[in-house]
Order: sequence, then C-alpha cells, then structure tokens
Amino acid sequence: MRRSPREVALDLVSPQRAVFLLLVVLLVAIVVVNPSFAEPGQLMRFLQRVAPVAIVAMGQYFVIVSGEFDLSMGSLVTAQVVGAGVLVGQDGSRTVPVLALMLAFGVLVGLVNGLATTFLRVPSFIVTLGMMLALLGAVMFWTGGAATGNPADEFRQIGRGGWREVPVLDFVPYAVVILVGLLVLALWYTHRPAGKLHVAVGDNVATAHHAGVRVWWVKTRAFVISSLSATVAGVLLVGYAGVHPSVGRGYEFTAITAVVLGGVVLGGGRGWIVGALAGAVVLEALFVLLNYAGVPSTVRSSVQGVIIIAAVAYSALDFRRRRSGPATTSPAGGDAAPAPGRGGDTSTTSPAHSGA
Amino acid sequence: MNRLRSLDPTVVVYLALVAALAIGALLVSTVGRNFFSAGNVRDILTGMSVLGLVAIGQTLVVLCSSLDLSVPVVISLSSLLAATTMAGDPARIVPAVLLTLAVAAAIGLFNGLVVTKLRVNGFIATLGTGLIVKGYLDTQYKGTAGTVPWEFQLLGATGLGPVPVSTILMLALAALVWFVLARTRVGHQMFAVGGDPVVARLSGLHVARPVIVAHVVCSLTAAGAGLLLASRLGVGSPTVGSQGGYDLLSIAAVVLGGTLLLGGRGSVWGTIGGVAIFAVLDNVMSVMQVNPFLKDIVRGVVIVAAVAVYTRRTLHAHRPRFGAGGPTVDGPLPGPADGAPATGQLPPAEEVAR
Amino acid sequence: MTTAPVLTARGLTKSFFGVRVLDEVSIEVRPGEVHGLVGENGAGKSTLMKILAGVYQPDDGEIHLAGEQVAFAHPIDAMHAGVATVFQEFNLLPDRTVAQNVFLGREPRRRGVVDVREMARRTQHVLDELGVTSVRPRDRVGSLSVAQQQVVEIAKALSHDAKVISMDEPTAALAAHEVELLYRIVRSLAERGVGVLYVSHRLKEVFDLCDTITVLKDGRLVSSGPADELGPDELVRRMVGRSIESYFPGPLEGTERGTELLRVTGGGNAWVDGIDLSLHAGEITAVAGLQGSGRTELAEAIFGIRPFTRGSVEVGGRRVRVTSPRHAARLGIALITEDRKATGLSLAQSILDNVLLVIRGVFPRRTAHVRREADALMARLELSTDRLDREVQLLSGGNQQKVVLGKWLATRPRVVILDEPTRGIDVGAKVAVYDVIRSLAREGVAICMISSELPELLGIADRVLVMRDGRLVADLAPSATEEEVLRHAAGAEVGA
Repeated sequence: MRRSPREVALDLVSPQRAVFLLLVVLLVAIVVVNPSFAEPGQLMRFLQRVAPVAIVAMGQYFVIVSGEFDLSMGSLVTAQVVGAGVLVGQDGSRTVPVLALMLAFGVLVGLVNGLATTFLRVPSFIVTLGMMLALLGAVMFWTGGAATGNPADEFRQIGRGGWREVPVLDFVPYAVVILVGLLVLALWYTHRPAGKLHVAVGDNVATAHHAGVRVWWVKTRAFVISSLSATVAGVLLVGYAGVHPSVGRGYEFTAITAVVLGGVVLGGGRGWIVGALAGAVVLEALFVLLNYAGVPSTVRSSVQGVIIIAAVAYSALDFRRRRSGPATTSPAGGDAAPAPGRGGDTSTTSPAHSGA
Repeated sequence: MNRLRSLDPTVVVYLALVAALAIGALLVSTVGRNFFSAGNVRDILTGMSVLGLVAIGQTLVVLCSSLDLSVPVVISLSSLLAATTMAGDPARIVPAVLLTLAVAAAIGLFNGLVVTKLRVNGFIATLGTGLIVKGYLDTQYKGTAGTVPWEFQLLGATGLGPVPVSTILMLALAALVWFVLARTRVGHQMFAVGGDPVVARLSGLHVARPVIVAHVVCSLTAAGAGLLLASRLGVGSPTVGSQGGYDLLSIAAVVLGGTLLLGGRGSVWGTIGGVAIFAVLDNVMSVMQVNPFLKDIVRGVVIVAAVAVYTRRTLHAHRPRFGAGGPTVDGPLPGPADGAPATGQLPPAEEVAR
Repeated sequence: MTTAPVLTARGLTKSFFGVRVLDEVSIEVRPGEVHGLVGENGAGKSTLMKILAGVYQPDDGEIHLAGEQVAFAHPIDAMHAGVATVFQEFNLLPDRTVAQNVFLGREPRRRGVVDVREMARRTQHVLDELGVTSVRPRDRVGSLSVAQQQVVEIAKALSHDAKVISMDEPTAALAAHEVELLYRIVRSLAERGVGVLYVSHRLKEVFDLCDTITVLKDGRLVSSGPADELGPDELVRRMVGRSIESYFPGPLEGTERGTELLRVTGGGNAWVDGIDLSLHAGEITAVAGLQGSGRTELAEAIFGIRPFTRGSVEVGGRRVRVTSPRHAARLGIALITEDRKATGLSLAQSILDNVLLVIRGVFPRRTAHVRREADALMARLELSTDRLDREVQLLSGGNQQKVVLGKWLATRPRVVILDEPTRGIDVGAKVAVYDVIRSLAREGVAICMISSELPELLGIADRVLVMRDGRLVADLAPSATEEEVLRHAAGAEVGA
C-alpha cells in the first residue's frame, strides 16, 4: 500500500497519531534544553522511570478499549508494593514465591472486577471504585497504616537494577527490558484472535454477542490483564520508589489520561496500544521537560491539565469531521436508525434508547 | 422481588437506610451505647453535611450524564480563598464567601464549556481542570493558610438541638436543588439531556445549557463544602478536598442514591439517602471501634452490592406475548453477555440493540 | 369533503446517493380526513413522511400548510408549524412522566416556575379529548405498554396544536385489543378537524379507517382517491404490479432438496408459540409476516438469543437446546440480523475485522485460514472495495450488508437465517444478496429468509411460511400470490 507524503502527513496529525508527533516534539525540546538527555544512559534511565506508568497504561488500554474503566489500578499497585515489602522482608530467597503470590493476587482482583462488572451488571466505574476503596483499606488495615521498611535487595533489584557498562547503551535497566518484553507480548496478543475481540466488544457489544463472542470473558480478561500490569508495575516500583502506602496513588487516573492522550476513545472500540504507551511516555517527558526548563514542580500538573484537555478536544474535533462525512450519515442505509436527526454529533453522548 | 421492582428507587434507598439504622442501632446497643442519643445523632448529621453538599451538586452533573472529578480541588481552593480573604476579620466574611463562590462558579463554567463546546468527555475534562487548579494550589500554598474568624467558625460548630446548622444548610440546599429539578425548565432539561440527547434535541432543547448549569452548580456546592470545612478547621487547607476523596465518594453516594450513572434518572433525595447510609455505616463502625481502615473495605463492598441490587431491579423486560414457559423472560439478552455500560456519556451499544 | 386541503405537497423529490427514492410525489391532506398512505417497502412512504416531519429536506418540490409555503429545516420547525409525526420508534423519555414528556421543552410556567398542576391539567385535557382513561399524566412512560406510549406520542402531537398528524405503522407493535384504542383515537382526531396521514401495511386498517388512499410504488405516485372507490384486490394490484421477476431467475442448476438440517417441534417462548418448522438442505424457506408478527423473535429463538422454553429443536438430527448465539454458531447456524448497525456490525472496525468476528470469537483456530481466504470471500460477495482495512461505517448500506454476510459465510454454516437481508440497500446489492442465497442453497445450506418484501420472498423461496401474532399460520407454495400471503399475514377477513 503506497501512500502519498500528504497522506502520511495527514495521518501524523490525526488524533490517533498526534501523540507520536507530540512525543517527538517533547523529546527534541528536552534535548535542546539539556543535550545530555540524548546520551544512551540518560535515555535508559528515563525509560526506567517511565516503565511502571507505561505498563499500567498498557493494562488500562485493554480495559478501556473493551468499553470499561479500571479505577482500582492505583490501589492495586499500592497493595502489591506494600504486600511485597511485608512478605519479602529481609529474606531474599522469598523473592520468587512472593512474586508468584503477587501475580496470583493480581489475577484474583482482575477476576473479581470482571465478573462483578459482567455478571452483576454493575458499571465498572462503580465496581472498580469499590475495589479501590476495599484494597486500600485492606492494605492499611493489614499494615496498620505504617509502611514497613524496604524489602531484601534481591527483590528491589528488579526495579532499580540493570546491566551496566553495556556497549552503546551504557546501562540497560531490567525495568526497560520488562517494558519492551511486555510491549512485544501485548502487540502479539492484540494481533491474536482473542486480542482483537477486545476492540470488537468495545465497539459494539450487541454485535459481538450476536456473533457468538463470550462478552463476559473478553471483558473479564481485560480486567485480569490490567490487574496483572498493575502487579508488574508494583514490583518495579518496590525497587524504584521503595515501600510506602502512597506509592501508586493516582496511577489509575494517570493511566486513563495516558490512554486517552494516546488516541484511545473512552467507551471503547478504538485505539492502538502503542498510542497508550506513547501517551504514558508523553506524560513523563512533559515532566522532564518542565523540570529541565526550570518550571517549578508545582506548576507541572497545571500544564498537564491543559495538555490533556487540549489533546482530547482536538480528537473530538476530528471525530466530528469524520462523522459528518457523506457515507456515515447515509440515510439510505440507515432505515433502521431510530428516529430522525441521529447524524452529526452523537460522539459525546449516549444514543437513544427509544421507547418500545 | 416483583413488588420491589415497582417501587420508586428513592423509596428503596430509604428502605435501605432504615435497615442500616436498625442494624446499626442493634449493633451499637450490644456494646452498651445508645445509637439514638443526641450526641450520636449529631455526629451522624455532622458527618453527612460535607459529603452531602458535594453529592448534591454531583447529582446534577451525573443526571446530565457527565462527571465532576474536580470537586476535591474546588473544595480545597474554596477553603483557602475563604480563610485567606477573611484573615480573621469578621467584617470580611461576606466578601470572602462571595469571592469564593464566584471563583467556583467560574471553574464550573469552564468545566461545562469544555464538556459541551469542546466535546471533551466529562471524565477527562474535569480531571484536566482538577490538575490545572491543583497546580495553582501547589504553587500558591505550601500548607494551611489564612484564619477563619470565630463568627464563621460557628457555622460548623453550632446546632439547633442535636441538628448542626451545617446539616440544616445542606438539607435546605437539597430542597432548593430538588425544586430546580422539579419546577424549573432547566431542571426538566437536565433529565432530558441525560436520558436521551436525541429526544432532547428533537424537542428543540439547547442541549448544552443544562449541562453547563449542572457543572456550575456542582462547583458551587463543592465551594460550599470547602467553606464548611474551613469553618470547622479554622484555616484553609490545600489538601482537605483530596484527603476526603470527595470526587469518587460523591459519585458513589449519588449512584448509591439510585441515580443512574448514565444519566437521565435520579433524585436529590436519593442522594441524601445514599450519603446518610454512608454516614450511618461510618458512625456505627466508629462507635464499635472498628479499625478505621476496615471501614473502607465495608464501604467498597456496600457500594458494589447496592448498585448490583438496583441493576437487578431496573432491567426492563421485552414485553412478552405469551406466558413464560421458562425462566428467561428477565431481559432481552439473558446472561451476563451484554455486560454493563461503562460510565458517563459513553455510548452503550447494547442499549440500542432493541 | 370539499374543504381546502390543510397540507399540500407538490412534486416532492429526494435522492440518496444518486438513487431517486421519491420522484415528483404530490399529496393533499384535508382537515378531518384520515388519509391512508400505502405501498410496498421501498415505495417511498418513509421518505415522504420524514420530509413532512422536517427530518429530511426535499431536493425539489414544495410544501404548503394552510395555504402558506413552508420549509422545515429541523423537526422542531415542523412541530411548531403544526405538522406532528408519530414515528415507530418513539421520541419519549422512559424515566419521565407522561406530562413531562408531553410538555418537554415548553413546560407551562407561572412566574418563572414550572406549573406542575397546569401541566398535568393540560395533559389530562388532551388525554380526555382522546378518550383515553388508561393513561394518567403522572404515570412514568417506561411503565406503560407500547400502545399507551403511542398515546403519549399522539398527546404530545396534539398538545402542539397539530393540524396534521402523520403516523408511521402505528399498529405494528400493538396487540389486537390495543388496536381498537388507536382506532378510536384516530377517529376522534379526525372529528376534531385534524388531518391524519396514516401509513400502514395492514389493508384491513386502511379500509377501516381511511377516507382517502394514496398509493406509492417505487418512489412514484400511483393513485390518490377516495377509499370507497377501491376494493382490497384493486389496492393490492396497484401496490404490487411491477415486474421484479427479472431479479429472480429461479434456483441454480444442481440445487437439490436434501436432508433435514433443522427441526423445531412445538417451539415456544414468551414471544412465539406453537412453532413447527423444518429446514432442509438446499431449500429456501421464507417467513412472511407483518412487522411485529414475531418473525424476528422466531429467528432469535432459533439462534439462542431468546431461546425456546417449550418444544424441541433438532439440528442435523441431534436434539439440542440452543441457549446462546455462541452455541448456535457452534452448531453451524448463522443469523444475519435485521438491524445491521445495532447488532450486525462493529462500525468503527475494518471490513476484515468484521468478517473475522465470529471466527475469532468462536473458532479462533481457523482465523489464519479464513484470513487467507478473505479476499476470495469478498469477491464472491462482489464487495466493491479494494481495501479490506476500510472502516465499515464508511461503506454504503449494500456493502455493509455484504460484510455481515461475509462474517457468517466465513464460518461455513449449515443453516443460514436472514432477517430482512435487503432492507435499505440498493438494487445491485440486492441482486448480489439473492445470488449468494441461491449459491448457498446449491451448496446444500438450509436457508430461512425473513422479509417484508413480498415479491422478493415469492421470487426466491421454495416455500413460504406466514407468521401472525407469534404463530406460523400458513405454509404456502412459491406459486402463491402476494394477495394470498397478505391475507394470511393480516388476518383472514381481509380481501375476502
């Protein structure tokens, strides 16, 4: 499929791809402000710091693209971090069994979220909000509200360690290897039949159900994936940030923001996982840039807020343009559409659930 | 079950509240305390007032099928603006309150405009606004600031018998909002826009207006909560809103009160009932000296369980022609397969199916 | 009946994508008259109604209301001018009361406050005028029956002081005893001097109610005149008389009626009852019936969406209970649903993703294989697009329908049920759909086709079953006439 440069350029400014353009601009700006950022070692450390957020964003991607929300990711990260701190303690030999336990716990949380959403038909916003409260309460109850010291160094190495003095790259953190590995795994999965079903379910649940898709299982899988990704992020954060009940706070919102910045549509059915990943990197890069530029750390969230609103408003603009295109409002093909006037602007609002 | 189905959702909320009260009274009596003592009633009502204020505004926003996640920072900002403007001077109470409300209204207006004119999903729009204001708070205030004069502190401290003034104000506001919803055009339009924007548009409504009004009112009630908190604390605090988790808790209270997360159905009194259930739960657990962290677990479970019950109740049956020969007349698509729609104004495809 | 017409439309013309769906149609509605608008599916009735309702704007032609020329840019313009339309899908808020719905957007106020009593009083007044006692102003619309909701729609129209009310198939979703209520209302509207434009397929209703009947066919006006000058047989002849035979060249050579692939005995649930149905390999079984007769519900019962709760089902000789679409797909059953946008397509996904949906969901192991064959599959369906990665929502209705067909053909089904497979698609696509159905039959697939278009059904089917009120009431040979089918579908008394 050969494409004209114009098409490629248009593609770059489309909201699905705009995040990459934004990322490039940010990275270039960082290098201009601080040329040493371009050194491989610096870049790797940057990616190491990005890794937990990026992994959480990739997990949230599956939930959002399936048409749901996961607000429990942040407290799950906290729970896993604190849990690891308590369970591993100073005994490095416990690393592997505790890792296994953490993953199992992640699966359990995802299953509960998914099954409550699909079988109890409670909106996932509420289910995962309940899970968020319950997890946070449980962690604090268990630890008595005080964080217990850092776990054994073997465990912390996963998040903070890496191969040093690697040719060209200088330093290769384990976290970056894990991030790349998970990205490859996620890309592979999104191209598998089972992975493709997430988007299909998010786009139109009724169509998927009529096509014999097990909707409950697809959505539950998405929740399990997001919980597992929160678990991995927790493991990395134990090493990187240490054990504290505030680690992971707000990650659910950061992840949702990253996913939406990456061109993924809330409500499901549209979006590319690499976009979500790029969204996470953009958020981190923005911080780095503001940091290097000497902007006080306190102003950063304001800048972030402006960028988020602008980016999403931009994509809404694009949707309107697409929706008002000729074929989509085809009345000839639209006999089944309920009532008149469905055209133009249904993108931000739920469609009719008309009488009958 | 069938009788339960036909009941008004608000009635169900209050039935649940009565049950919570009864169980609470029973549990409290086992530790030898009187649940209905004046002191305890005052505690419960005091616990209701702040969340109640926020949830009243949130009800309107959710009714319009939007969300407001910026309430915590509005609360914090309001407490600070009020406390620093008053600076301990009773004469400046009125200007401080007016300034606070004006700033909050501006934030709400911004939210409403971003949601309706820029067509940004309410979740993201208010999350972004929240971040913007948070940046301002973090830059401007390093900790608690200002002083609230004693006269203003009375607002949070006095009461008529066992009923605190703050609760009376909150209930009065609820009555006002109820009046707006029931007796003004914009109130009716909120239900229409949240329930079915297509029908609203076909009926010639300006779809944006009620949404903007709802966001403004929500910010104003959050400011009210901030003022109340300032009066209780005696100072303004940049973290008082986020520590309370008022964004998500208020949404939870609204949904617990029987308002549909997708909008179009709900009531302020239901929300007050939801807030009361939370307050009773909290109170019982405090009196029973339950570990404070266990409270969160109980809250989480109660929210999900309650909403699960509502969802069961409100499934509309596709009108049958023949007598049911089996168990599957409950819904058009039996089984869990059609899942639950996510939130806010996300298009739930399954709603269109039939 | 020589009063001046309240509504006059002249030379209305409308095209979609170069296809002329309404061609120079004129119509006059007089006050106090019930004006029947009849025609087959695709005759242009809906388009005409939507133009009068302000939903579409005509390419050409003009509308006069009480002598003045009007143009409706938005449905609300039509409402304000006094032309109200009751669509099949109601524009009501189920969670609001009757009064709130009737006065939505123009609630009566006193000193700025909505006067709830006045609103209820005026709603009650309208309901009284309609002679309706079963609906009260404070009832929640969602708790009302379909017939009662329709009353609310009509009350809404009346409260606008409508001079003309048009109704689109108002009885489609009503049970027999509810139709009486509607009759009474329509008559009382006419007595009040309102002009009623009544669109219906049911000839009995048209003759019972209408003073004047206008017949449309293929977007053109056939005739318009007093009802008593027409007999049912003549009316049907005017509606039908077109040569569509050329589309239907008969079964392909080598098609044989083979073994029984699906059998339902005494099947029933809350929506259909007493279903005895047998589908054979190579045979095209048509199911005719009016809208609301239970055709779609029958398909959904077989396919496990609303499973049978009574009777038995055998697929390929084995007794089964189909409890979900997934189960049905596993058994080799396919359902092309009636509403392709709501239940047939993932609009934001590519053609390929849509075609692979069932395979990925139910037979994931075959994905790679089917993917390789996707091009050939789409070629067989004559899908005229070069790129399989195009988003489905950018396709025309006909191509969208081919994608839905492709999705199910990819599973190599043994039994294919098609619910209104040619609705809203152009003639070329229709012919392609017919070709596919025929070639499937030759390959030994059992076909069950539901359609409202009688020429299509009679042209393609090997046998025609007729449904009415949730039951199969007739089993006809393809040589049956449209009149015969209509008679069974609409009830025996018509045309007798």
